[in-house]
Amino acid sequence: MNLVQLFIEPFAQFGFMNRALVGAIILSVSAGPVGVFLMLRRMSLTGDAMAHAILPGAAAGFLVSGLAILPMTLGGFAAGLVVALLAGLVSRFTIQREDTSLAAFYLISLALGVMLVSLKGSNVDLMHVLFGTVLALNDDALVMIGAIATVSLVGLAVIWRPLFAECLDPTFLRSVSKAGHPVHLIFLALVVLNLVGGFQALGTLLAVGLMMLPAAASRFWVRGLEGMCALAVGFGVVSSYFGLLISYYLGVASGPSIILVAGGIYVVSLFFGRRGVIFTRVQAPRHRVA
Amino acid sequence: MSAVIRLDDLTLGYDGHPAVHHLDGAFETGSLTAIVGPNGSGKSTLLKGITGALKPLGGRIEHAGISVREIAYLPQIAEIDRTFPAVVSDLVSLGFWKSRGLFGAIRGVDRGALDEALQAVGLRGFEQRPIDTLSGGQLQRALFARVLLQDARVILLDEPFTAIDEKTVADLIALVQHWHNEKRTVIAVLHDVEMVRRVFPQTLLLAREPIAWGATSETLHPENLLKARRMTEAWDEHAPWHDHVAKHHHHGDAA
Ligand SMILES: Nc1ncnc2c1ncn2[C@@H]1O[C@H](COP(=O)(O)OP(=O)(O)OP(=O)(O)O)[C@@H](O)[C@H]1O
Ligand SMILES: [Mg+2]
Repeated sequence: MNLVQLFIEPFAQFGFMNRALVGAIILSVSAGPVGVFLMLRRMSLTGDAMAHAILPGAAAGFLVSGLAILPMTLGGFAAGLVVALLAGLVSRFTIQREDTSLAAFYLISLALGVMLVSLKGSNVDLMHVLFGTVLALNDDALVMIGAIATVSLVGLAVIWRPLFAECLDPTFLRSVSKAGHPVHLIFLALVVLNLVGGFQALGTLLAVGLMMLPAAASRFWVRGLEGMCALAVGFGVVSSYFGLLISYYLGVASGPSIILVAGGIYVVSLFFGRRGVIFTRVQAPRHRVA
Repeated sequence: MSAVIRLDDLTLGYDGHPAVHHLDGAFETGSLTAIVGPNGSGKSTLLKGITGALKPLGGRIEHAGISVREIAYLPQIAEIDRTFPAVVSDLVSLGFWKSRGLFGAIRGVDRGALDEALQAVGLRGFEQRPIDTLSGGQLQRALFARVLLQDARVILLDEPFTAIDEKTVADLIALVQHWHNEKRTVIAVLHDVEMVRRVFPQTLLLAREPIAWGATSETLHPENLLKARRMTEAWDEHAPWHDHVAKHHHHGDAA
């Protein structure tokens, strides 16, 4: 077997590998930029909280119709939106900050979800929901992920400028427009959307990894916003590909493989990135004339 | 002349405690007014009220013919996220908001206006500088440039010249006077009484309550300044609630 075959064979030969790759790549493209904005708004852990928050909705869908895609996705999306809205309202009308109210609601939500799953399914099912089924993606799931990614990318493009302004100078945005609050909520909806898309492939717990790790790694290389988004997408795609390859040859779970590759990229970037640990330390002590 | 902003027995404050108490008066269209007063006298609070960010505890603020969103406001402390990967021209071109809307792109003519604004505040050549590399004064100048681009009929400046060097202050003062000539309404909070005397025809002297409001030379009379200085800065946690039926009573007067 030559090298090319080694890298292409699994995807050419097996439909499930092929679909898994397509699904993960689509997810990377849509979740990467969302992750960058989350990181820049210091909401990196919000993705994680949201991933837990969608659990009861997904679990309710699972109770109603087993491991079917549409009910679980819709349920998860609804649950995530409810939690985002409640957290937003609490922070708007009380002195409590959004991160605290979000934590409160996602914990309630998570407990509800686990309880719902335990009502019916065995632990194997729970593992299914939590860690995903990237190798069992069928065409329906692919269509769903494709649709979600399209909505997410278009949505992000539409709110890009107000979101940019909201991140940079929220007081200013508030003084010139009413858009700040809706834009924040739409953005949270996009986060939830990407997570429910991701949990089909990777599970609720790891969907967040494909969102945050490439974003976090990208910051060690570039300065501009657009560059960060592009690089995050690139890192996500590379992680998907090599993660699946590793999972195929070593016979290990695919979701965690993808995330571990992304984690590896993060660690390498942390040390060797242009704005990482080593480069910022060893900059030569010289200066220009002006 | 007509009033563009009218204050009617206005009380603004926090948690029920008044920071600006019973303020009556009006800012005329095209007027150039300085707000002067000791620390904690409610100057920033008043500006926040005028922009609509703070709801009155009592009384009213009337805007004649403008919406609060058409007021340009330079806050005393900007809540800018300086770690956000934006460059100076990104920050300054937020000022195009009104003309370009939420989703509109910046056009060729805007480039010209942006260059002019940066030139005016002495930040030429800083277009592509990341905002986290600016000095304090440079950031303040960038925010001033943004106000320029907002092209607003009413402009509120809260201590706009803090941290800015002498030469640039002179340039910015010239800009303020230019706005005045264009019949824009400008309200600026300042501590430099000499500058106020030199540049601002109107002055509001505030010490939680209005001490005087009118022509600068009269408002800044030494007697008034002394009175303002005697203001107590701390509020009384247990002060009784104000009786809103009895309008226009005077605090401190013997009952
Ligand atoms: N967010 C807030 N919550 C509670 N009290 C506040 C708040 N902001 C200001 N205050 C109080 O209101 C009063 C007026 O404050 P303000 O900021 O308007 O003063 P200022 O005249 O602008 O003073 P300075 O010259 O120091 O800027 C002060 O006593 C201050 O302690
Ligand atoms: Mg102030």
